Amino acid sequence: MNIIYMLIGFSILLALVFLLAFFWASRSGQNDDLYTPGIRILFDDDAPPADEKKSDEDHPHP
Amino acid sequence: MKEQITLAIDTLCYHCGDSLPAVPFSSDDKQFCCAGCKSVYLILSSHNLTSYYAYNDIPGASQKKAAEHFDYLDEPAIAAELVDYMDDQTTVITLFIPAVHCSSCIWLLENLYKVNPDISNSRIDFPKKQVSITFKNQLISLRKVVELLASVGYEPQISLQDVVKKQQSDHSERNLISKIAVAGFCFGNVMLLSFPDYFGLSSFEHSFQSFFGWVNLAFAIPVLLYSGRDYFISAWTNLRNGVLNLDFPLALGIAVMFIRSAAEIISHTGAGFIDTLCSLVFFLLIGKWMQQRTYHYLSFERDYRSYFPVAVTRLTKGNTQPVPLDELKTGDRILIRSNEIIPADAILLKGEAKLDFSFVTGESLPVAKVPGEIIYAGGRQLNGAIELEVIKPVSQSYLTKLWNNETFAGQKDPIKTFSDKASKYFSIVLLLIALSAGLFWVNTDLNRAIASFTAVLIIACPCALALSSPFTLTAVLSIFDKNKFYLKNTAVIEEMARINTIVFDKTGTITNPTAKGFEFTGGLSIEEQQLINDLARNSGHPMSRELVKSLNLAPLYPVDNFMEKVGRGISGTVNGHSIKMGSAAYLGLTAQDKGSVVHILIDDRYCGYFRSEQRWRTGFKQTAIKLGQDQDLHLLSGDQDHDRELLTPFFPRMQQLHFRQSPQNKLDYILGLQQKGNTKIMMLGDGLNDAGALKQSNIGIAVTDDINNFSPGCDAILDGAAFEKIPQFIRQAKDAVKVIHMSFAISLTYNAVGLFFAVQGILSPLIAAILMPLSTVTIILFTSLAARLYAHKNNLL
Repeated sequence: MNIIYMLIGFSILLALVFLLAFFWASRSGQNDDLYTPGIRILFDDDAPPADEKKSDEDHPHP
Repeated sequence: MKEQITLAIDTLCYHCGDSLPAVPFSSDDKQFCCAGCKSVYLILSSHNLTSYYAYNDIPGASQKKAAEHFDYLDEPAIAAELVDYMDDQTTVITLFIPAVHCSSCIWLLENLYKVNPDISNSRIDFPKKQVSITFKNQLISLRKVVELLASVGYEPQISLQDVVKKQQSDHSERNLISKIAVAGFCFGNVMLLSFPDYFGLSSFEHSFQSFFGWVNLAFAIPVLLYSGRDYFISAWTNLRNGVLNLDFPLALGIAVMFIRSAAEIISHTGAGFIDTLCSLVFFLLIGKWMQQRTYHYLSFERDYRSYFPVAVTRLTKGNTQPVPLDELKTGDRILIRSNEIIPADAILLKGEAKLDFSFVTGESLPVAKVPGEIIYAGGRQLNGAIELEVIKPVSQSYLTKLWNNETFAGQKDPIKTFSDKASKYFSIVLLLIALSAGLFWVNTDLNRAIASFTAVLIIACPCALALSSPFTLTAVLSIFDKNKFYLKNTAVIEEMARINTIVFDKTGTITNPTAKGFEFTGGLSIEEQQLINDLARNSGHPMSRELVKSLNLAPLYPVDNFMEKVGRGISGTVNGHSIKMGSAAYLGLTAQDKGSVVHILIDDRYCGYFRSEQRWRTGFKQTAIKLGQDQDLHLLSGDQDHDRELLTPFFPRMQQLHFRQSPQNKLDYILGLQQKGNTKIMMLGDGLNDAGALKQSNIGIAVTDDINNFSPGCDAILDGAAFEKIPQFIRQAKDAVKVIHMSFAISLTYNAVGLFFAVQGILSPLIAAILMPLSTVTIILFTSLAARLYAHKNNLL
């Protein structure tokens, strides 16, 4: 049963990784706006046909 | 021809959905209500962005209001205050755009780079109505970016005040979320490690017990020192100020729980209460987070600085240069264009001033001024450009002095909440029970004495109590929000339940500023209406424009010999008839004008008069009668008293109707009422002239028809459409207080059950671990359900 010590250690480590990931997400502002991304994903990203000349190079690059 | 017009009236503006005028603007067989809407459409269609209209029907906002001038954005000093980041290549700026309201807005604003490729990126934060734009500052100026936004119908609201506020608020919320995350993380892990103990350990597992205990203890430390830190700080500062609030028993409970658990774990005598500790802090922080949620896009702290423009055009030796307002000095010459606001008291030097002071004084008619006269700050110029000489700096002007009034030097008394009052007694009783339980056992069994003393403090830790107010009030807050009533914070609800006096402002508050009706007394044929319409079209006077709007006829005849006597009347020849219209004095009539009246004379025959009537807000009459049953009603108007007779039926006491009140009068009146004692005043106002009174009253409510427009500093913002619901809001607030009382009773029952075990010194960690979350969940469910139930009863849901 001593394996439990190791398993608990691993499980806590894993949970810590998730906690740190959450901190990182929160600090980088990912939780600031929880509404807009849900709308954004619904937009068609194909540009209307006549506007092809400036489609790729002008796309936003954060 | 005729059929076309009826068709046009039936349909709405393709861009903004407003009803169309008699002759709509059209393009590509789409109809528009004004040139502004049409030009937005043309820009979008020329850039292949018409999908904007595909995502939503009529996604645009009305473009009837002329856009501001943004030339001040070319001043590096002003621009530097606004941008988030700037280097020699790119600039990042976050702008607040009130018009953002649907997915089309998001789509268009994030596709700005298609309109102008020099904008490299734009991102919307929809709940905050903010757009963050990155652009190449070598290729496009900030001013051009803002003008581009305005040209597609999304004019940003630029104010130095709101920017500061935005940056402050972000941090505290993220910190609280981090604390909740840590508490939740520890809570989950501790529960996992505590379960074996709840179910009982078989003998061979006992070696794990101390291991689990130590790990639990390790988890408790961040909860105690990081997540729960604020409770200790708050309890300590309150204690030093001689106040016993709910944070004191909470901090005491947390501390005792930790110490006793540590002692039990270190001495191998038990499992401790770590699980209860973590869950307690976790739930408490969630309650706090609920209570802290605010409206990101509403500002309740505005003063004159957000009403005034960011900059004003200064004239120096023929040059014009925009300067920030605080750099404006006495003796400066400034240029005010049409539709701009006079930022400081000044003397008119050149031009014809016609000023709309309705927002400042409540007086609805524009005021004309001639060169040499003094103009007070706050008026909006309606005619063409004028030149002024500043006689007082912005902060010293008549209007702004209201804010620097010494009454507001000190903070307004914080609202006393029920839980503040109750927690004082709660803390005292709790300490007494704990001490007496300890003393009872101290002679027979010292261990049991300590056990019962600490157990009382642990089990009576008022977690459920601390949550009942936040959960009830946030539920009510969101119910109000659905009904277009936006509160600054939850404490306002409790204060609202105590209201016994209501003070109204008149113009814009109980009258509807947009719906102006004309009532005609006399007889006019259709042809005569057409003549009046064609004549009035030539005048820029607001009354003429309103008249044209209400007649809703297309122009037909040309006008000859047009003459306008500013502020008095107009005359001209239309289709062979000579027409004169204006005030009684202008037409040589003997009648006395009451209110805003336009008399009509056609070919020297008196036809009658139009009377402009401000319409009351929908349901004002019933609302006033209902409110008058329980509350004392007062009226403070900056306007003339021509509506006195109309209003008398709704205000039971005649002497409480006051007209011609200056902003200072209003403030003093509120102060006078408060000094009489036992009056809790709710003030409803809309303009800057009410700002002092709103701030002074117990609850100041700003009534507005567009919540994104400027509203003075206040405790709550009420959308004009919800005006008739005020009695329901007050009843709901009273019911909310009832719900809080009931949930206090419930949580006290739980405490009593726990105390039954605790005083005997037989409180096991298991009972504590069950009672704490159970009581919490009960309270959360009860408060949110009860608040909704009452809202149904009050017709608010």
